[in-house]
Amino acid sequence: MEKERHSMTEITDKKPVNAPSVGMILLKLRSLIAFLGVFIVFAIIAPNFLTAGNLISMAKHSAIWAILAMGMTYVIVGGGIDLSVGSVAGLCGMLAGGLIIEGLPLPLFGVIIYFHTPVIILIILVIGILLGAFNGLLVTKLGVAPFIATLGLLYMARGFALLRSGGKTFPNLVGDPALGTTGFPALGAGTILNIPMVVWIALFIGIIAAYVSKKTPFGRHVFAVGGNEDAAKLSGIRVSRVKMATYMFSGFTAALIGLILSSQLMASHPATGETYELTAIAAVVLGGTSLSGGRGSIGGSVIGALILGVLNDGLVMVGVSSFWQTVIKGLVVILAVVIDQYQLNKQNEAALKQQTVSDAE
Amino acid sequence: MIENGSRLVLEAKGIRKVYPGTIALQDVHFKAYSGSVNALVGENGAGKSTLMKILAGIESLNAGELFLCDDNGKSEKITFNSTRDAARKGIGIVHQELNLFSDLDVAENIFMNKERTKYRNLYIDHAAQMKEARKVLKKLGQDIDPGIAVRDLRLGQQQIVEIAKTMIDEPRILIMDEPTSSLSIPEVRVLFSVMEDLKNHGVAIIYISHRLEEIKEIGDYITILRDSRLIHSGLVKDIEMVDIIEKMVGRDPKKFFSGQAHETGQELLSVKDMTLPRYGGGFTLDKVSFKVRKGEVLGIYGLMGAGRTELLESLMGGMDKAVGEIWLEDQRLDKMDMKNRLGAGIVLIPEERQREGLFLNLSVDKNLTMSSIGNYTKWFHIVKSREFESVKEMIKAISIRVAAPDISISALSGGNQQKVVIGKALLTNPKILLMDEPTRGIDVGAKSDVFEIVNSMAKRGFGIVLVSSELEEVCSMSDRILVLSKGKVTAEFDRSEANEEKIRRASEIGHGISASA
Repeated sequence: MEKERHSMTEITDKKPVNAPSVGMILLKLRSLIAFLGVFIVFAIIAPNFLTAGNLISMAKHSAIWAILAMGMTYVIVGGGIDLSVGSVAGLCGMLAGGLIIEGLPLPLFGVIIYFHTPVIILIILVIGILLGAFNGLLVTKLGVAPFIATLGLLYMARGFALLRSGGKTFPNLVGDPALGTTGFPALGAGTILNIPMVVWIALFIGIIAAYVSKKTPFGRHVFAVGGNEDAAKLSGIRVSRVKMATYMFSGFTAALIGLILSSQLMASHPATGETYELTAIAAVVLGGTSLSGGRGSIGGSVIGALILGVLNDGLVMVGVSSFWQTVIKGLVVILAVVIDQYQLNKQNEAALKQQTVSDAE
Repeated sequence: MIENGSRLVLEAKGIRKVYPGTIALQDVHFKAYSGSVNALVGENGAGKSTLMKILAGIESLNAGELFLCDDNGKSEKITFNSTRDAARKGIGIVHQELNLFSDLDVAENIFMNKERTKYRNLYIDHAAQMKEARKVLKKLGQDIDPGIAVRDLRLGQQQIVEIAKTMIDEPRILIMDEPTSSLSIPEVRVLFSVMEDLKNHGVAIIYISHRLEEIKEIGDYITILRDSRLIHSGLVKDIEMVDIIEKMVGRDPKKFFSGQAHETGQELLSVKDMTLPRYGGGFTLDKVSFKVRKGEVLGIYGLMGAGRTELLESLMGGMDKAVGEIWLEDQRLDKMDMKNRLGAGIVLIPEERQREGLFLNLSVDKNLTMSSIGNYTKWFHIVKSREFESVKEMIKAISIRVAAPDISISALSGGNQQKVVIGKALLTNPKILLMDEPTRGIDVGAKSDVFEIVNSMAKRGFGIVLVSSELEEVCSMSDRILVLSKGKVTAEFDRSEANEEKIRRASEIGHGISASA
């Protein structure tokens, strides 16, 4: 009996071969296939779809959702959800606009401090991280359900965004050379090698986020926490810290988007980023991340954002009414989850079959 | 259809049931007779519970047929799609775990999903429910107020409520899945008299228990399962206890446990006055102190609620309110968090492996290295080859049967999943291994593998704390046995002086049981 068992384990000496069927591979790559599918369809039916201008505009839209979706992916894989990102983006945009136009008044000393643009960007990113930490603290220390905690911040951040200017817009964020506050619009309008800055930023953050999630212990721990919190604790994982970090990263991406949107518009509007949290969640779900946690990938979410970006622009170009666009987006998200469930069942069946065969040997 | 004086009421033929990664039942035949206790025995994982679930309509079968025989001896083929189907045919089940809503009162629990209503289901007639509940409880010989919340009842009384739930359907067949496992001896006596009464009313009781003495006492028919197959069926009075055991285990019972004394070295773990207050007063753990040496297996035995699991969790740092000194060699652990305790060399293999031990969303290899992933990193980068090497070694060392290391953990059988949990713990290079019911619900082969792992770990100088609710297991595996009752250490035996009787006695101290038991 012992002998048999040992011979069984010899299999593991070979590189694990899961010999998946063609159908399985297609299922696994479905987001990518879907993306290519919609891309090709629009390329054929929409006349100006393949022009450089349109491609760049689509890339810009997609990049914004992709960045938000990366933060969201971490939070969701870790078993949470972050509904506050849209509002946090709005608030951060307003704070940035305020710092550029009005500076930081210190009435106690009777002075107004104007920061240089890079410092402003840094301050805002830190504020985003702190807002994420606020979510994290509510969830980990006070035991508030993630949905509720971040819903609370959704309202609060939007309220503060409106309060910051009394509901008005900070217009014309070009800054004043005398105060060193110039250059902010470059974040949104700047290009490197003819490709918009936003896309580069998305690429940069995407590579780091994907690397961390796949190749570092922290990334592994996020999956563990989202999959089984009790087991994660017993495995020596500091669950609270892991969750905290995911919310902070999400806050960071939200702040970044707030900065980019204000920079693109060259104005800070308090309603900026409304319902962006939902678009980000839709992108994450389209990319195959499970809302119940423990399963998902950064790459998938980026593809999800790309699908939404292409659909968005493509539908406009072929003249579908914006009302129908909304309906179609909803359908696509639901369809994605249905296929996802189907794939999960198939995958489990296949694993089972493989294991049963090996058990019988 | 009269056989051996009782009437056949239920017959199962050629039952087969397959679960992910394991065959639970293979060509099993089973008969139940009216007015008698039909005992079903077998080891953990033999297939008893699965058979029960099929008879009660909880699980569907992959092959085989079920027949019900009515009073005239006519048999009817039946298929169940739900417990409601089964209930309609007169089959009720009392589960091993209590399925009660503790904040609802007794009557509400009894009538859950079969509420007595008025005005076309628009109004629950609670008065009628109370009346009926009182009647049923009286029939069961119990003086329980049906208006009291279940949370305020003793465990034994809750078990009675569980039975009352099935009684209002007036079942002809009542399945009882280890109903005594959490009861004290006086409560068991009450239950037996209730069962006697049901028998006299012609009810066929299908009774599962691994307390064989109980079966000798109240059983009429016995069916023995082993490794998902039928081994024996017949009258209880025709078979001797030793034969039952041998048929259950499939080999000489004495040889089954590979237990042996281990050579022990210097002191490793020392626990002083571990105390855990109970929610609502009293103590779950009351000044528990003990020591574990190198290479020693310390068995901890106790009834349900004795504080076994809580003790291990307190040692691991999972209980915030626990106080008491814990020393592992010269490190003091009780101020550390779980991660640091793990780093210091103590690790827990939890009782409920799926809930506390495994990441069902991840593959076997990622599960294995989850606690030790820091050992395979360069800077902050996981070196896949090093991780894979470790995984491969561990799979081999504790013979995990797996098609490929990157297969989903959910495809494995219970025994192999348990080995993955153990492997995960071993990869942290622990000094002390806390094992909470490591053999619960796994098949016989995996069980002896687990014992072998325990023995070889002890030989390599680990200190092992083994919690088990199976007396035999504790007796044969341990070098020393600590008995807990109601959170207190009530006895400590050396391997040489321990026997099942002494341990059982010590485990019942404080339960208000007279010496006559």
